[in-house]
Amino acid sequence: MALDQSFVGRSYPPTPPYEVGREKIREFADAVGDANPAYTDPEAAKALGYDDVIAPPTFAFAITYRAAGEAVRDPQLGLDYSRVVHGAQRFAYTRPVRAGDRLSVVSTIESIKSMAGSDVLDIRGEVRDESGDHVVTAWTKLVARGAEEA
Amino acid sequence: MAAKISFADVEVGTELPTGSFPVDRAVLVQYAGASGDFNPIHWNEKFAREVGLPDVIAHGMFTMAEAIRVVTDWTGDPGAVVDYSVRFTKPVVVPNDEKGALIEVSGKVAALLEENTVRVDLTAVSDGNKVLGMARAVVRLS
Repeated sequence: MALDQSFVGRSYPPTPPYEVGREKIREFADAVGDANPAYTDPEAAKALGYDDVIAPPTFAFAITYRAAGEAVRDPQLGLDYSRVVHGAQRFAYTRPVRAGDRLSVVSTIESIKSMAGSDVLDIRGEVRDESGDHVVTAWTKLVARGAEEA
Repeated sequence: MAAKISFADVEVGTELPTGSFPVDRAVLVQYAGASGDFNPIHWNEKFAREVGLPDVIAHGMFTMAEAIRVVTDWTGDPGAVVDYSVRFTKPVVVPNDEKGALIEVSGKVAALLEENTVRVDLTAVSDGNKVLGMARAVVRLS
């Protein structure tokens, strides 16, 4: 079933701030097996010019994907979430995410396409800090495979 | 920024040290917890097969996280990554045995850009399959 094209361009209200903690960054870095001290040692991060430990480049997805959930699970949009796979991902950084950040996301549906029986949804998540300064934009491509492709 | 690599020292074609990243079921469970992505295709074999997958597969975002390590290990400064994009072309299948899977990543400088940035094109392979497509990172060098 084709998705409702009227959702293209729709933005969702900013999410409540996500508080980035040192221990959450450590947990994430551990999970991807990355021992870079910039993720766990504030002194090492300072030596690189940061105020506190920074997060790995893909950490922001945990924040933006949760924010995108509002669109993804909007019953009016009608995306079959059980058939969704992640098609592509991009991040564009103004600066890295760091411990102490309080980050808010505005999600926008950039495009909706139907290709070979699959629905393809592009969602942009603009991440800003407490001052309203841009930190990172995440683009997430989701593909809901048609039932006949299973 | 305090990247270890100087812009003046790289040219188009410069190859980055490769990386080899193992992933087993325990790693996937740990990543699910850390990332908040608990989709059962990443830990439940029965569920994965029911939706048409050959076995449990790694999170695409896990593979994306491993691939960029070739760049961040090279520069030393993970905050020097200004842009990073991938397509998820093939899943990393993670069998339930002692070995699990291996993600092998290589990278090459593809273009010199403005403000001491370079574009690195990444290749990630698991079990003979290219698992990422158009994997590109723009990174600021010193």
